[in-house]
Amino acid sequence: MTVGEYIRESQIWRSIFRHPAPYDRRNRAVVILTNFFLHLHPVSVKQGGIALSYTWCMGGVTFFLFLVETLTGVLLMFYYRPTLEWAFTDIRALRDVTTLGIMREIHRWGAHAMVITVWLHMYRVFLTGSYKPPREFNWVVGVLLLVLTLLLSFTGYLLPWDQLAIWAITVGSNMARATPVLGHEGPGFQLLNLGGYDLITNASDARFLLLGSRFVGEETLNRFYILHCVAIPLVVATLIAIHFWRVRKDGGISQPL
Amino acid sequence: MDPHPDLTASVIRGLGWFYLLMAAMNAFWTIRVFKTGTYYESVAGFKHIPKAAPWAIFTALLFMVGAVQVRFDSDPADFVLKLPVVFKDLVDVVIANPISYFALSMVIFVAMIWLRRWWTKPTVAWILLNFAMLFLCVSMTDYDFRQIVGKPDNVPIVGMLFLVGFFTWLYFSKSVENDRRIAAGEPKIEDEQSEQVLVWPDLVYTEMICMLLLTALLIAWGIALQAPLEEPASAVKTPNPSKAPWYFLGLQEMLVYYDPWMAGVVLPSVILVGLMAIPYIDFNPKGNGYYTFDERKFSIITFLFGFLPLWVGMIVLGTFIRGPNWNMFGPYEYWDVHKLEVLNNIDLSQMFWVDWLGKPLPKPDPNASFWMQAGTIILREWLGFALILGYLFLLPPLLAVTVFRKFFIKMGFLRFMVLANLILLMGALPLKMALRWAFTLKYIVSIPEWFFNI
Ligand code: HEM
Repeated sequence: MTVGEYIRESQIWRSIFRHPAPYDRRNRAVVILTNFFLHLHPVSVKQGGIALSYTWCMGGVTFFLFLVETLTGVLLMFYYRPTLEWAFTDIRALRDVTTLGIMREIHRWGAHAMVITVWLHMYRVFLTGSYKPPREFNWVVGVLLLVLTLLLSFTGYLLPWDQLAIWAITVGSNMARATPVLGHEGPGFQLLNLGGYDLITNASDARFLLLGSRFVGEETLNRFYILHCVAIPLVVATLIAIHFWRVRKDGGISQPL
Repeated sequence: MDPHPDLTASVIRGLGWFYLLMAAMNAFWTIRVFKTGTYYESVAGFKHIPKAAPWAIFTALLFMVGAVQVRFDSDPADFVLKLPVVFKDLVDVVIANPISYFALSMVIFVAMIWLRRWWTKPTVAWILLNFAMLFLCVSMTDYDFRQIVGKPDNVPIVGMLFLVGFFTWLYFSKSVENDRRIAAGEPKIEDEQSEQVLVWPDLVYTEMICMLLLTALLIAWGIALQAPLEEPASAVKTPNPSKAPWYFLGLQEMLVYYDPWMAGVVLPSVILVGLMAIPYIDFNPKGNGYYTFDERKFSIITFLFGFLPLWVGMIVLGTFIRGPNWNMFGPYEYWDVHKLEVLNNIDLSQMFWVDWLGKPLPKPDPNASFWMQAGTIILREWLGFALILGYLFLLPPLLAVTVFRKFFIKMGFLRFMVLANLILLMGALPLKMALRWAFTLKYIVSIPEWFFNI
């Protein structure tokens, strides 16, 4: 008996994996059905559906990058304090002194890469016509994921609290000021008024809601931190679950009918 | 010493590695071509020359250039392999002007579709790739180019351009092949792979390898390139230019042509709603689950137009070309804060009342009632309003009975209206650009009193 076999036969191993090694056809099916992580997959697929030159693997890569971002993000949260006093210093310490400071690099480049791969995934889905019936709704879920991926990136951009961060967020969020009706420099903001007093001012408009303040400041940092680390990831994770479930229910990855 | 040295020894050595990478790629290519065993019948009197021969020479050249540069240790001033100034100036002139920039991107876009059977041929595509890489490499010898392309946050965009180029090529080469097969009545590429395979091992292993490679890539990238960290935030020191994160630079570019409420709120929402509407307005059942161009020309061209020149093209413009004061700078041009661009754009109402009728612009009386003022404003802007209402409400029915007749019949009223409006709104951007360039038009409707400018 080899060591590998010995381990596989042990009670501990079998209690975890619940089935013999996937060497024969039957057990290769069983492994997919009984493993929590693998059960996202069907047991068998059409060869063309998993050809790299067909799917470009971009959805899968996006998902993997999401996992990488979650992992490195959690590690970064151990070091980083979202306050005006500490935010910048903590990031600089990650660069200069912290042992695993490279987590920040991986997190940042992973985020850029995720934006790119999600576009490329959409590009592929469009070019193969995979949004056509019965997959219309999954495309809509996908568009929501696209927006949320961008928002994740956007909210994270502020956290280092350097010049790059606050000015990029200032430029980006200035748009909200011009929201029709709801922004204090938007067309029609005068429509919402009570006895001649404007309800929409620079301290109550859409931009204020986003920033928690009239300019990018401490409240904004707090708001973006929570959006970035908790709120948006939770929504994205839920939507990804729905997205994958729908891929299966809609008949797997699209192929010629 | 020159504070902006075009070249330093370390840049030259770094580029050396890049040339060596290209040499390695071309070595593989040479072997690939050699294995096909194809020959040129006769070249300059010599008979039977393998088609791999020119590639072998090219590879050897690249290898020599790379090897010399990697070991470079003399005066950078003596280095010769850089761009001629004439070429740089020419590129700067073409790129730093919005009209020629967009004209160029349209020419490339049309050529990409028109010549798809030609440029998807492996040899042609390989030559194009080599050109792109050489261009990047030689351009890196320029200080200003390096400044902007080498910014840590911009490196991913360069990567993205190569990826988008590659996948666009992949799409076109597959659809050219599929379209040929469909026309000849043969089974499509995807039809040949309809056999069922087990997910373990066929898919699980692929995923595993992908994850390992990606992890390695991210770690290497993280080691090679430090994440940017500028000075601590300061609310009083506004950088010039102030840029949004790179993936929003397409939207920021629209600010040149539209006010924030359009460019920052309305048009992005339209983009999102438009994307979500795609499956419900594309009624063509063909092309589901395989690559094709001929079977869904209209939808593919529309999408490619939105994605390539408008989205990716404007991100490139916003990232690499827009400099201080949001002026345009060529890739080899110094970002001079004092560069002046004369802006004398005028509103349509100004043109109509002052230039054409020779009358003063109607002015609302500040003491009059709200409705009186509104009346004057609408009178002042009537032509703009008429044009916009006509564009959004008269044009769709007009299209329905002319060019889009077939679409209208198949789609029904509601679907068609959504489609027509989305396309018109997408077209509104290039249209406004063209109006700006042709007539120095600023706003079609300009009501600063209400923050309502279009
Ligand atoms: C966080 C973002 C996203 C993740 C993690 C994700 C993941 C995936 C994965 C793993 C697949 C399986 C096939 C493949 O890898 O290509 C898939 C399929 C699909 N995705 Fe996404 N996706 C995301 C965003 C999007 C977006 C932005 C769209 C479109 C706007 C989209 C539309 C679809 C559709 C329609 C399918 C079914 C494709 C088919 O059957 O061929 N997804 N997605």
